Amino acid sequence: MSVAVAPARLVDHFEAGLDAPICLTWELTYACNLACVHCLSSSGRRDPRELSTEECKSIIDELQRMQVFYVNIGGGEPTVRRDFWEVLDYATAHDVGVKFSTNGSRITPAIAERLAAADYVDVQISLDGASAEVNDRVRGAGSYATAIRAMERMHASGFRGFKVSVVMTRENVSQLDAFKAIADRFEAQLRITRLRPSGRGADVWAELHPTQQQQGELYQWLLAHGEGVLTGDSLFHLSAYGQSLPGLNLCGAGRVVCLIDPVGDVYACPFAIHDAFLAGNVRAPGGFAKVWRESELFTQLRRPQSPGVCGSCTHYDSCRGGCMAAKFFTGLPLDGPDPECVLGHGEHALAVRHGSTLPRPQADHSRRRPPDRACDEDPVTVFLRVSAPSRAS
Amino acid sequence: MTVTPHAVEAFDLDAAWALAPQVAIRPEPFGALAYHFGTRRLSFLKTPTLRSLVESLAAYPSGRAACLAVGIASEELPQYARSLSVLAGTSMIIRRETP
Ligand code: SF4
Ligand code: SF4
Repeated sequence: MSVAVAPARLVDHFEAGLDAPICLTWELTYACNLACVHCLSSSGRRDPRELSTEECKSIIDELQRMQVFYVNIGGGEPTVRRDFWEVLDYATAHDVGVKFSTNGSRITPAIAERLAAADYVDVQISLDGASAEVNDRVRGAGSYATAIRAMERMHASGFRGFKVSVVMTRENVSQLDAFKAIADRFEAQLRITRLRPSGRGADVWAELHPTQQQQGELYQWLLAHGEGVLTGDSLFHLSAYGQSLPGLNLCGAGRVVCLIDPVGDVYACPFAIHDAFLAGNVRAPGGFAKVWRESELFTQLRRPQSPGVCGSCTHYDSCRGGCMAAKFFTGLPLDGPDPECVLGHGEHALAVRHGSTLPRPQADHSRRRPPDRACDEDPVTVFLRVSAPSRAS
Repeated sequence: MTVTPHAVEAFDLDAAWALAPQVAIRPEPFGALAYHFGTRRLSFLKTPTLRSLVESLAAYPSGRAACLAVGIASEELPQYARSLSVLAGTSMIIRRETP
């Protein structure tokens, strides 16, 4: 994955932070026409304080100066913003490539053509089940058909190598081969990422996160199909099974990763939308660069972190204690094992954790009532209702 | 952001090379990030020397001459040739018409 000359440990450099992020997520809006049960950003309604077009452009100018080569644009559903194409064109004209995530609902044949013709733009279509049954239970009725139709259009337009992005859940680990087949069918690339207990995901994590056994299956599958399947570096805690997975294998929050949210707040990671991980706002003097380089939070995250009880684990070098956000939102200490520690230490920690109140994700823009819900018998409500932090079994 | 080299072939140090036009280099304490806007691939150049080398390629008649110019010792040549080979395999650097 990298070009090695000296045996320098890149990971040490990354943990100490870089001058600019490598992986910057920018959520353009909290508005969304779907209401996925696991939405990491609790999206739904637009926030009236959303950054204006001009403000977006000045952020892009700054990213160009900082040589942030590309941003991952998401939301919400970013294409809902009226100036979406203007912002996108401005970014690509200023050396900031864009990969944007969409539920596919607005990918008309004309838009697919436009995307296929655009240099420096990549598209990621979300799909959380390889069948309508599994997908729509999480993403809402009709969303499978919508996503597949968008993929058909992208493929027909000649766009090659767009991403089919899947969040792994207890219900879809068994469909890995089927997801791969869907991606292959559209000459797209499969991207699988970890379900984090962030945003509305906090409510469903206990019921939806893969079981210990499924994690093992996922790991084996990745070893067998690793080439050509992207993971967004999100599954590095699985490295503790033995072999390191390709990627950076570290928690990059505030070090190489961050989030700019629709109102300009900068968080350490897109999965950590909470005051505890809020570093500042791009509207303050000094803008994004100052937040990235000087904020107290990021400075602190870049200092050597205590590995806590993970320090004595033989897998610490590859797993590094896992995901900070996953620990935080499940109420586990940040200097301890990940809730999905493959050795089972997380399960244990969840069982004995103290206190009954978990930190709640903030900046909740969920609609008061999820749209597209035919009736209360819709299986989605089964997940929505489960908000108690019951332990995963 | 993962670069999977197709094949690390023997690198022709005597050919003339250059950074591909769509590649941008961002200096970092460990070396640099190299990003190809066309393939959307990111590579890590793990030493400052490799960064200087990559940036110098276009100014020299051969890869070997560029290596010498940035102070790479002859015993280090194979290492750097391997790195250049990976970069060539991912279109980060390209052959150019001789001098
Ligand atoms: S908090 Fe979790 S999701 Fe965020 S960068 Fe760290 S490991 Fe990745
Ligand atoms: S104990 Fe910590 S370092 Fe070891 S596998 Fe579990 S989470 Fe990873």
